Amino acid sequence: MSRYDAIVIGAGHNGLTNAAYLAKAGLKVVVVEKNDYIGGAAVSRELHEGWTYSNCSYVCSMMRQAIHRDLELSRHGLILVPYLGTVNFGNGDERLFSYHDDQAAYLELKRHSSHDADAMYRFRADLTRYSQLIRKTLMRTPPDPVGFRPRDIREFVWLAKKFWALGEKEIYEYVRFFTISAADFLADYFENDLIKGAMASPGIIGTALGVYSPGSAYILLHHVMGDVDGNIGAWGLARGGMGAISKSIASALQEFGGEIRTNAGVRKIRVRKGRANGVVLENGDELSSRIVVSNLDARRTFTRILDREDLPEGIYEKARNFKIRGSSGKVNIALSGLPKFTGLPDSRYINRGGQAFTGTLETMERAYDCWKRGRWSDDPFVESIIPSAWDPTVAPPGQHWMSNFVQYCPPQLADGPWTPEKRDAFGRTVVDKIERYSPGFRDLIVHMEVRTPHEIENEIGLTEGNIFQGELTIDQLFFNRPFPGYGQYRMPVRNLYMCGSSTHPGGGVSAVCGANAAREILMDLRRPNTVPEDDFHDE
Amino acid sequence: MNGIDPYAGERLKLTHFHPREEALNLRNAWGAWNGYKFANCYYDAEYEYFCIRNQCGTYDICPMQKYEISGRHAEAMLDRMVTRNIRKLGVNRVAYAVWCTDEGRLIDDGTIFRLAEDRYMLACGSPCIAWLRKSAYGFEDLLIEDVTESIAALSLQGPTSCAVLKKLGLAGVENLKPFDIAHFAFLGDTLMVSRTGFTGDLGYELWIRPELALEMWDALYAAGADYGIQPYGEMATNMARLEAGFIMPHMDFTEALKTVLFEHDQTPYELQLGWLVDLDKPHFSGKRALAEEHRRGPEWTLVKLDIEGNWPAEGSIIYDSERCRRDIGYVTSAMWSPAVKGNVALAMVRTRYLDGEIWAEIYKPRDLRPYRRMARCRISKRPFWSPPRARATPAGDY
Repeated sequence: MSRYDAIVIGAGHNGLTNAAYLAKAGLKVVVVEKNDYIGGAAVSRELHEGWTYSNCSYVCSMMRQAIHRDLELSRHGLILVPYLGTVNFGNGDERLFSYHDDQAAYLELKRHSSHDADAMYRFRADLTRYSQLIRKTLMRTPPDPVGFRPRDIREFVWLAKKFWALGEKEIYEYVRFFTISAADFLADYFENDLIKGAMASPGIIGTALGVYSPGSAYILLHHVMGDVDGNIGAWGLARGGMGAISKSIASALQEFGGEIRTNAGVRKIRVRKGRANGVVLENGDELSSRIVVSNLDARRTFTRILDREDLPEGIYEKARNFKIRGSSGKVNIALSGLPKFTGLPDSRYINRGGQAFTGTLETMERAYDCWKRGRWSDDPFVESIIPSAWDPTVAPPGQHWMSNFVQYCPPQLADGPWTPEKRDAFGRTVVDKIERYSPGFRDLIVHMEVRTPHEIENEIGLTEGNIFQGELTIDQLFFNRPFPGYGQYRMPVRNLYMCGSSTHPGGGVSAVCGANAAREILMDLRRPNTVPEDDFHDE
Repeated sequence: MNGIDPYAGERLKLTHFHPREEALNLRNAWGAWNGYKFANCYYDAEYEYFCIRNQCGTYDICPMQKYEISGRHAEAMLDRMVTRNIRKLGVNRVAYAVWCTDEGRLIDDGTIFRLAEDRYMLACGSPCIAWLRKSAYGFEDLLIEDVTESIAALSLQGPTSCAVLKKLGLAGVENLKPFDIAHFAFLGDTLMVSRTGFTGDLGYELWIRPELALEMWDALYAAGADYGIQPYGEMATNMARLEAGFIMPHMDFTEALKTVLFEHDQTPYELQLGWLVDLDKPHFSGKRALAEEHRRGPEWTLVKLDIEGNWPAEGSIIYDSERCRRDIGYVTSAMWSPAVKGNVALAMVRTRYLDGEIWAEIYKPRDLRPYRRMARCRISKRPFWSPPRARATPAGDY
C-alpha cells in the first residue's frame, strides 16, 4: 500500500494546481482521476478525427497570471490567445458588434443608441471599480467572520480599508450590486433592448437564474472581472483547447515529482477517528496519506464519497441542500467550413469572434421559464465561438468547430429521465436556432457532441452539470463558500480539504481555488508557502 | 490641382505592397521608416502580435535598406567591415552580423545573404551606403549597389508560416534550415525565400521583383486565408522581438555614427553579442578596441530582466537596492509579455553590479495620477520566448 503526503481527488485544473503547489513544496502527491483522461471541465478531446473540442469550458479569462507565470505554464506549452469581439444577434436583423478599438466600439454603440454609447463609459468605469475590489480578494483566503484569530481580524481590516478607499457611496452600491438582478443593474445605464440583452447575458451563464432574478448582477461581474493580459473583460482561448491548460499544469506537477493516476475513481474517503487518512478506489485499491484534498464539488464530496457517519452533525444536510442546480448544456459541432451569418458584413474579423444569440432580456427570461417547468428552452440563449478561426491546431485547415453553450437545459426533465433521444432533440433545438441566423448551417455539420447536464454530470462528475460547482449567489460566496464556517478550504473532517470551484472564489478556469487551498494546507503542515500572491493587488 | 501635387516633395514614399496594406489599415495607424509610410498597426497591435505567436502575419520589409555587394573582393571587404567571419558563410546562407567603428562601437546590425560566391546582399535597418563606401577603400574589384527599391520584401512569421508557403506551392520549403536561402519558380519569375525573421518564431522572408509584389501578396493571402494570415506593424514587431531578446536600434542601442556623447553608444560585448566577434580573423574595423574590451570585460551589459509585478518598466532607472542607494543602469525596452505572462525588459546595467540586487523604479498612471513602485528584477539567461518550432527542421504546420 502506497503512502502519500497528499491525495488529491479529481484531475480538473484546480486539483492539478493544488497538487502542483504541494509537490513544489516537496510533498509526495498523487492526483487520482476517475476518467482515463485528465482535465475535468478544462478538457480537450478528439472525438472525431482531426477535430479537437474543448468539450466543457471553452474560453478563459479568470486564469490568474500570477499562477500562469509562477508555474511557468508557457514553458509547459500553454499560450492563451485573446479573441476579438462577439456579435450579439437580436431577434430580427439587429446585430451588435463589439470591438477592442475604443473608437470603433463607440461608433457601433452609437449606431444603436447615442444614449447608450455615452452610458457605456460610466458602465465600464463602475464595473472596473467593482472588479478591482473583487479581484483583490481572489487569491486570498476569506476571513472567518466569527474566527477572531489574529489572521481573520487582519484580513477583515484589510478588506475594510479597501472598501473605505472607494468612498462612501460605493459601500451602498456594493450591497445593492450583490443583491440585485442583472436587468435592474443594467436599467440604470442602458435603454436599447439589444444592448441590454448583450450586457445581461454574462449574468445568467452557468446559473439557474434569469436576468430578472436577484443575484444575477454579481454573476455578470464574475464573468467580466477576468482579464487577458490586464485587459479586464477580455476573453481568451487556450491554444490547443482548454485541455492545454490542464495539460500544462499537469506537466508542471510532474516536473515537481507529483504523480497522476487515471482510471482511478474514488469510492470512499477513508476516515479514522475523525481524521481523513486515505482513499479507497473504485477497484478496491487503498491509498494512504496524511491529508486528502477533494476537487469534487461540495455535494458530491460529502454525500457520495464520505460516510455520513464520519461527518459532524448537519454537514450532510448542508451538502444535500448546497445550491448546485444545473442549467446549461453544451453542443460541440465540427463543421466542414466557416458558417456565414445573416446581417454580418463580409469582414475578416467580425465573423471570427464569438456569436451570442441573445435576443432581448425578454427572450432570455422566456428561455428561463422553460427551465422552471422542467424543459429545455425552445428558443434558447446560445453563446457560441468558433475556436478554429483562431487556433490552427484544433481543426483541419479551412474546416472549423463551433462551441455552443446553451441556456437553459435542466438536469431533470418534467416528463421523465433524460434519454439519448431527448438529448438529440435538445441538440436539434440548438442547431435550429443557429440555422435561423445562418441558413445552410446544418449542411456544414460533420460531427456533433451534445451534452446536457445529465452527460456533464456522468462524464466529469459535476453535480447536476452545474459548471461552477455550486451557484455563485451571495449566500454561497466568500466565507460562506461552500458552507458557512468552512470558507477556508478546511473541511469538517480533520485532514480533509477542498480545492475545487465549490470553494472561494468559485467557478471559472482560474486555478485560484486549487492554489489558495494549497497555501492553507502548507500552513497547516508547517511547510514554507509555495503559492504566489496575486500580481494585481495594486492594479 | 492640375494633377500636380505641390507637396509631393515632402510626402512619404509608398512601399511596393502599399495598396494592399492601405486597404487593411483600418486604424489609419501610420508611422514612417526610412522615408516610407509604414504601419504602426493595422487593426489591433495585440491581435497582430498574437498572429505572430499563434498563426502567421506579414511584415513589410521594403523600407529596410538592401545593398548588393559583388565582385572578387566582396568577401574580403565585408569580412573587413563586420566583426563576424564572413569567409565561413556558405552560398545560400544568411548570417546576422554587426559592424563597428574603429573604437569598437556598434554602427548597426543586419543580415548578410551570400547569394553567390562573389555576390552578397546586406539588409539593415538604417541607410549605410556611406559607411559601405568608406569600408570599401582599398578594394578594387567591388561593386556596391543600393537595391532597396528594386526588391519587394515581405516577412512572413508565425507557426503557420511554413504551411502557408507550402500551400502557395513552394515544394520542399519545410526543409529550409534556419538561415537557409532557397529560390522557387513563382509567377513566371523567381521568388527568393530565406528562413529568417525578427520575431524569434518560425518564419520566412520573401524577396521578389517589385513588379510582382502585389500578385505575390494576393497569392500569399489566398494561401493563408485558412491559416490566419494578417499584416502586422511596428508595434507587434517590437513586442515579438523583445520576447525573443533581439535588439532594436534607437531603443536598445544607439548607432555609433549618430551618437553625440562620449561612449553613449555600445559595443557588441555590452550588447551580449560577443558571439558575433571573431577576434581570430584578420583585421576588421574595431578589432583592436574590441580585443582590449574582451580582455578587460565590458563596462555595461545588456541584460534580460524578469520583473516582479505587472507594471511595465518602460524608461525605468535601475538601482542596486529597493531604497535606490545607487543607480546602476536603465531599461531600454520593456513590456508585459502576453505569451509568457511575464513582465519583461532589456536593460543596460553596469557590469560590476550584475551580481547584486537589481531593482527597477517604475511609474504607472492610474486615472492620470502617477504611482511609483520599486520592483525586484531577476536576470534571465535565456530569451523569454524561444519555442522549439522556431528551430525544428523540417518545419511543422503549426
